[in-house]
Amino acid sequence: MNSVGKSYIKKDAITKVRGIEKYIEDYFFDNMVYAKIIRSPVARMLIKKIDYSKAEKIEGFSGYADYRDVPVNKVALVFEDWPCFPEKYANYYGEGIAIIAAENYEIAERCAKEVKIIYEELEPLLDPRKSVESKIKIFNKDNIFKSFNIEKGDVEKAFQEADLIVEGEFETHHQEHSYIETQGCIALPQPDNSITIYASAQCPFYVQKSVALCLNIPLNKVRIIQTAIGGAFGGKEDVPSVVCCQAAVLAMKIKRPVKLIYKREEDIISMSKRHPSITRIKYAVKKDGKIIGCEVDFLLNGGAYSSLSPIVLWRGTVHAAGPYNIPNVKIVSKAVATNTVPCGAYRGFGQPQSCFSAESLIDEIAQKLNITPYEIRKINGLKVGDTTATSHYLDHSVGYLDTLDAVVNKTNYLTKLKEYKEINKQSKRIKKCIGLSSMYYGVGLGAGGRYLARAGAYIQVTPDASVILAVGNTDMGQGAKTVLAQIAAEALGCNYDDINILDVDTALVPDSGPTVASRTTVMSGNAIIEAAKSIRKNIDAVAMDLLNISNANDLINKDGYFLNKNNESKKVSFKEVVKECWNRRLHLTSQGWYVSPECTFSADKGQGDAYFIYSYASYIVDFDLDIETGIMKFNEITCAVDFGKAINPQLCEGQIQGGNIQGLGWAVYEELKYKDGKILNPNFTDYIIPGTMDIPEKMNVILIEKEYNKGPYGAKGLGECPLIGIAPAIRNALFNCVNIKINKLPLTPEKVLKEIKEKKNEEEKNE
Amino acid sequence: MSEQIYYDIECEINGEKIKKQVPSNITLLNFLREYLKLTGTKEGCGKGECGACTVIMNGKAVNSCLVPITQVNKAKILTIEGLSNDEQLHPIQEAYIKAGAVQCGFCTPGFIMSTKALLDEKPEPTREDIKKYLAGNLCRCTGYEKIFEAVELAAKSLKKK
Repeated sequence: MNSVGKSYIKKDAITKVRGIEKYIEDYFFDNMVYAKIIRSPVARMLIKKIDYSKAEKIEGFSGYADYRDVPVNKVALVFEDWPCFPEKYANYYGEGIAIIAAENYEIAERCAKEVKIIYEELEPLLDPRKSVESKIKIFNKDNIFKSFNIEKGDVEKAFQEADLIVEGEFETHHQEHSYIETQGCIALPQPDNSITIYASAQCPFYVQKSVALCLNIPLNKVRIIQTAIGGAFGGKEDVPSVVCCQAAVLAMKIKRPVKLIYKREEDIISMSKRHPSITRIKYAVKKDGKIIGCEVDFLLNGGAYSSLSPIVLWRGTVHAAGPYNIPNVKIVSKAVATNTVPCGAYRGFGQPQSCFSAESLIDEIAQKLNITPYEIRKINGLKVGDTTATSHYLDHSVGYLDTLDAVVNKTNYLTKLKEYKEINKQSKRIKKCIGLSSMYYGVGLGAGGRYLARAGAYIQVTPDASVILAVGNTDMGQGAKTVLAQIAAEALGCNYDDINILDVDTALVPDSGPTVASRTTVMSGNAIIEAAKSIRKNIDAVAMDLLNISNANDLINKDGYFLNKNNESKKVSFKEVVKECWNRRLHLTSQGWYVSPECTFSADKGQGDAYFIYSYASYIVDFDLDIETGIMKFNEITCAVDFGKAINPQLCEGQIQGGNIQGLGWAVYEELKYKDGKILNPNFTDYIIPGTMDIPEKMNVILIEKEYNKGPYGAKGLGECPLIGIAPAIRNALFNCVNIKINKLPLTPEKVLKEIKEKKNEEEKNE
Repeated sequence: MSEQIYYDIECEINGEKIKKQVPSNITLLNFLREYLKLTGTKEGCGKGECGACTVIMNGKAVNSCLVPITQVNKAKILTIEGLSNDEQLHPIQEAYIKAGAVQCGFCTPGFIMSTKALLDEKPEPTREDIKKYLAGNLCRCTGYEKIFEAVELAAKSLKKK
């Protein structure tokens, strides 16, 4: 490998450290106005009138738009229930009702305050457990956005034959993405009635589709240009469609560029979140530790609009039994509507929720059988030749047990687990805790998004041998530009520095689906390799000519040079070959198109190949618990991920560390508070994301590279894996080392303290 | 509606003398971004919670979103744009690149300015010093580990010079 497997510096690192990278707020256009959204002050209401009369009188006011100005009042996500601006009912606190604009932001804020919504407050539906039966109807007749059913083998029989049945109910909470750059876009109406939108959006093609629908114009009249993205994590997958439609409608109405940047508070109250969940799960186990059955009932609170709930639910459901070879599985699931903030994509996409319940219960099985959490996983963990819950036969690239052994060996887990229990018997205040968990992750959209499972790439080799590369998947900080440039350099035979990769522009490449599901490396990577192939035909032919080689097998490429395998002293550079190609007027431009392998999964029984390949991960979290305060002091997180070939190891480490800490935030620090459906803490003072003082002393990252034979140079997918299993690892540490069982996230000091006190009271009672 | 009051501001930004009349109720952040188009300084929260807008004012790191423009009079301000010139990056910037401490990059200018203030004050900080000094800067991408490594690397390379 020449370019793959090396830690090149990021393509955008220099502009970012110099502060000259351009994010959406850094763009200014002539005649541009600044917009502000008018929002619902309650969780559910009937809109009677929107009165702009006072705002219109303010000097500098430049226009407004609401439902009356939207040609087709629908935002195109999975379903089309989310309106651009609601006409009759607003369904959650913070929902955008109207948009106004002014000559500068300060005036826009003043105008927004003067817009009066006349409304009737209605009783909201807030409890997801009561959603289906509720008289309040938010979505269809039953408030169910989507349900799934997975049936493998005979679960009833398995539970009859079990030596041990372990069950539990688990709850998880919202998570706010907390990208440091809030949502934003600039909509520029064009003279020919088309529109160009610059946006902080991780899925420009989603936005294109939504804006075209909303404005009722064809896709070729909507151009989306992605700007540098200041963090996304799924939070800029679904909702930028809402933000961009809002701005687009106003821009088309007033025929001026509209800049719409959300302030932090409105971003937190109105933009999508990680779905809260309630899971009932039970395992049927034999004495020897073999799990023979699993039954799961998985419920997601989708909030007021369906957004991506159907596919978040699908991913959470498919993975709900855990990374284990279980012959009999039954999973039922549904996502329901409530009058709370809509939930959508968030790194992990339904999996952190179902992983929390499965991985917690696995440790309870181990305790009941008097074996270690390691052994129960070793006995049941997926390996080559096993099948998943959907009966997907795993034929290669299965690194689950490697990740498990790696974290256990690295931390000396088995010894520490014993030691800590002994130490804790003596120690009065500080308890030592260590916990283990693991997961598997279907890479890409899989069967749930099979029609979007394609990607394009465009390569142009210019006469001076520098290369222009355009792709359809975005860099949101994770390093996609860098990794894809490395793949392009490898495939073309040039150097990494020769590649200039452009930000995504819907005019440059065909609809490549979304930048989600850890799919970019595989999908865009393979599209690039496809595109490079036809260019290499010309380049290789000329290189052979220049080197007087007659057998194509004798031509090799090394560090930007072409050589004769049998006589490496003679070489010709990529640049020289390209120059000669242009002299001969050969075509060095190409479009690549990659379609992922078919997934056979069918929805009726939920069986078949759900994804084309899986990544695997294991996690160990080590911390000290102060039982007087409930505070955890984190010593070490160890995480091993099998994600196939590491194209850029340093970026991979960054993904793993960052994902681990986001998982830590969800597990112990982050908690949205509500009253009557209103979010009470839409800021970083009261919604605590991990800061420099909150992270572990040490982070161990282990890369396991079980190559995928259809991945670009063996790569699978990584981005989401590091987050998913952190919460159950912490929960399991508390369970095993201090014997407290908390099945509801987050594991805040208050909650831990309460459990400790209750346990103490119980013990005193028993004495 | 009260009438807009204007304020004559005189200050030095990145070594350049600035004289301008601006609305009296704007912040330093707003002044930099909207009036001088120095957009390297970012707004993440507008409330002094995230540190993305950190600049150095009279030698101290401040959240520019919390500084009223009237306090900036006669002040010396250093922003990310003033840290290096086109030819040569500052060793702190180089260290952030080398350590892999940049992901989405939105918090990066703020982190780099806080790092500059830290290393000016304490050229050889311990890991604990770094954590404490950067506690006002939030990063959602990196998990901080590589940022700490970048600060340590920068301290080393500044010491050599």
